[in-house]
Amino acid sequence: MEVNQHSAVDVHEAHAHDEHHHGHHDHDHDHDEGNFFSKYIFTTDHKMISKQFLITAIFMAFLAMGMSLIFRMQLAWPDTKFPFLEDIIGRWGKDGKLDPGFYLALVTLHGTIMVFFVLTGGLSGTFSNLLIPLQVGARDMASGFLNALSYWFFFASTIVMCSSLFVESGPASGGWTVYPPLSALPQAIPGSGLGMTLWLVSMVLFIASSLLGGINYVTTVLNLRTKGMTMTRLPLTVWAFFITAILGVLSFPVLLAAALLLVFDRSFGTSFYLSEIFIDGAPLDHMGGSPVLYQHLFWFLGHPEVYIVLLPALGLASEVISVNARKPIFGYKAMIGSMLVIAFLSFIVWGHHMFVTGMNPFLGSVFVFTTLLVAIPSAVKVFNYLTTLWKGNIQFTPQMMFAMGLVSTFITGGLTGIILGDSTLDINIHDTYFVVAHFHIVMGSSAIFGMFAGVYHWFPRMYGRMMNKTLGYIHFWFTIIGVYGVFFPMHFLGLGGVPRRYYSNTAYEAFGTFIDINVIITVAAIVGGLAQLIFAFNFFYSIWRGKKAVQNPWKSNTLEWTAPVEHLHGNWPGAVPEVHRWPYDYGKPGAPDDYIPQTVSYAQTPESNTADDLKH
Amino acid sequence: MNLLLTLAIVLGVLVLVRIANIAQLASDLSGENEEDEQDKANVWNSWGFLLFMVVGLFLSVYTAIEWMPKTLPVAASEHGVDVDKLMDINWLVLIIVFFITQFLLFWFAFRYRYNRNRRSFYFHDNNRLEFVWTAVPTVVLAGLLYTGLVEWNKITDRALADKGIKVQVYSKQFDFSTRYAGPDNKLGKSFYRNISDTNPLGVDTADQSAMDDKIAKELVMPVGEEIELVINSRDVIHSVYLPHFRAQMNAVPGMTTRFHFKPTITTAKMKEITGNPKFEYIMLCNKVCGVAHYNMKMPVRVLERAEYDAWLKGEKLVFQKDAAAPADSAAKPMAAAI
Repeated sequence: MEVNQHSAVDVHEAHAHDEHHHGHHDHDHDHDEGNFFSKYIFTTDHKMISKQFLITAIFMAFLAMGMSLIFRMQLAWPDTKFPFLEDIIGRWGKDGKLDPGFYLALVTLHGTIMVFFVLTGGLSGTFSNLLIPLQVGARDMASGFLNALSYWFFFASTIVMCSSLFVESGPASGGWTVYPPLSALPQAIPGSGLGMTLWLVSMVLFIASSLLGGINYVTTVLNLRTKGMTMTRLPLTVWAFFITAILGVLSFPVLLAAALLLVFDRSFGTSFYLSEIFIDGAPLDHMGGSPVLYQHLFWFLGHPEVYIVLLPALGLASEVISVNARKPIFGYKAMIGSMLVIAFLSFIVWGHHMFVTGMNPFLGSVFVFTTLLVAIPSAVKVFNYLTTLWKGNIQFTPQMMFAMGLVSTFITGGLTGIILGDSTLDINIHDTYFVVAHFHIVMGSSAIFGMFAGVYHWFPRMYGRMMNKTLGYIHFWFTIIGVYGVFFPMHFLGLGGVPRRYYSNTAYEAFGTFIDINVIITVAAIVGGLAQLIFAFNFFYSIWRGKKAVQNPWKSNTLEWTAPVEHLHGNWPGAVPEVHRWPYDYGKPGAPDDYIPQTVSYAQTPESNTADDLKH
Repeated sequence: MNLLLTLAIVLGVLVLVRIANIAQLASDLSGENEEDEQDKANVWNSWGFLLFMVVGLFLSVYTAIEWMPKTLPVAASEHGVDVDKLMDINWLVLIIVFFITQFLLFWFAFRYRYNRNRRSFYFHDNNRLEFVWTAVPTVVLAGLLYTGLVEWNKITDRALADKGIKVQVYSKQFDFSTRYAGPDNKLGKSFYRNISDTNPLGVDTADQSAMDDKIAKELVMPVGEEIELVINSRDVIHSVYLPHFRAQMNAVPGMTTRFHFKPTITTAKMKEITGNPKFEYIMLCNKVCGVAHYNMKMPVRVLERAEYDAWLKGEKLVFQKDAAAPADSAAKPMAAAI
């Protein structure tokens, strides 16, 4: 550890040094030539930490996806026995029948893992870590040590969460939102015993990880930009990570408060969320608390969390679309502005999750108003993406395919959000499959598409090798067909009044007509799930056997492609490059190539400079 | 079984290795450089997007035609009809936007695929365009917002009128009970510490207005009359969901929530409308409340006023057991007299 800290300090000194005399000294001492542990495990190099996040997230994503396939099979074939279930989940799948309590546990863990461990930790953790220092021109994060701590808190929280699968009374099973009193009382559901305690411990560790990461990202973006890298020359990826980090730093502490109060209610006899409860044949002593208070606290994080998940994906897509359309992103400043507006609004819309909780109807109206406002910057983003494609010169690399998929799902899922944000319409579709369809498309699928786009695009930057494109295309097509096949039909279930989190609908004559739709959904889920194995194979195969990458395989403008393919702790062997222009000079008239990297000064490109450029 | 599974996995991996190798070999052998390969991939995938759009948009229309009739029948409450109308207006706007934007997205993908002899159009800012697509959504959303809030106010203002037949919906793991307020239309107070085997709702024995309250295991409502659901829970959060009436409200322990509405179609009439002789309304629990959440429900019936009166007469008083058998027979004529 000491060695590492020492070299981190060196790196920063070198950085400060560079700002004064750039360009005339090498420092090869940045090679992190430690042993296996200091190189791969206790590293403080942001590139290695980013890979740690990514591989942990891939593992967790497969776990959560496997869970969803198990409960999807239950929903499609409620009367069929699957003997192999007993092999996988033991007594929870006795005789090949999924236990109803464990069904809820699977639903809960699927949601928790996907939202927090894959799409927050995995997405921000991977790409903020990889790209912020490389794209702003810094040698590492502001604090490499805090950064390593952030990963290790994340890792610890995944271990605690997974360990709850092996608890006698089962993992937390009150849904990923863990509303009390259900989550507070072990009498109410077995999963609210030790399983829920582990859930809370895991979340506290996760929040610590997220805050350590977030503070680092914000500091790095504000303080460690290289010479010439003004805020309005940052790639949209960095803007997205920056805004995301601010959102996380402001909202995760509120979730921590909600979780701590829940711990108090569960273990120390307080009554923050509990009042007038009669359960298990006896009245409880709790008086005066309000379960609705928990919902306010939870959704004060919960809604910004949606954008914590989505904004990095949109940022990655902006970069990938611009590079592959060989065209500047349309409305760069409008894109930043709309992200800022979305981020601001995300703090004042949480009540739209609570229209039917008995909240004051006037308060409901206010939340309808703020919620529908979010649609405006979102629409601006969509139109800007479309205009970026218009008259572009589009290379359909695998990452571009996924970025296109993101725009498509962002539109589809965003539109149904307008219905759910309308309190009147929400009354009848609240907590139905319509909601499941909406957020899986707009947040789940869009974010995971953004993540895939990021992995395919920056894989050469991470591992120095290329992923196989053919497998990438196969992966994309099966995935997008799977996604729409799973989530599009769910809208109809929701409009039919089918509630979410039901173990089976067989008790309802009216829902009998939906069983064939449920079969279609499950088949699509299995197809989409199998396609992810292609990705996993491609990913791990390419790490060792992929074709060697060149330094700038996609002909991009941003700084990360000016660093050598081989990783150095410190990123650039010589001086940190200087920045002279914005990152989106693709297809500029007059220029010899269809791209001009950020490091090229205007003095070098008299043939393509415009009147606007001369103002800079 | 396990052996087969292992074999399948091994074979699957081998196939993928082959595909990866063949793709690599093919490009090496054909002597094509990376750019040629990418050109080919561009052609295939841009056609793929076009096909995906055509098939996708077709399927979205087809499934809507095929499956919408399977969703909820016509709304059986006064406000529900307006909710459905509002939903239709929203769908109209959203479907138009959906088709235009998805079409443009995939059409551009097809139309502007890479051509090495062409440059993209260097076009990165246009304030007029930005203004248009900020202003147009704003105006459209303002319309949707206005119509939505007018309807929301109408629904929630029903509570201000303070009329209607009071029915308590009392929830616990994993069933609902109803309590009818009786001739005085006042529900007797209840408190969770009063709960016992003989008093499952914890009604206050000292409260006079509770004496005529009746308890039932179904929700029966007279058609065309305002209903006020008074919603409570004694353990965890439940949700009273009446999809056919476009009504839903959570049941929260420690507080009382309400929902006001007016049923407009009797069960008998609805059987005719849906052409389903077995049709029944239903109340579902729509907030995860425990292991048997999926089985928590209550039958719902809408009757003509006379049928409703007759049904209510036959139901038990809350304190029937304490009052013993003679009081029971005395209570019925009294209720009828008032």
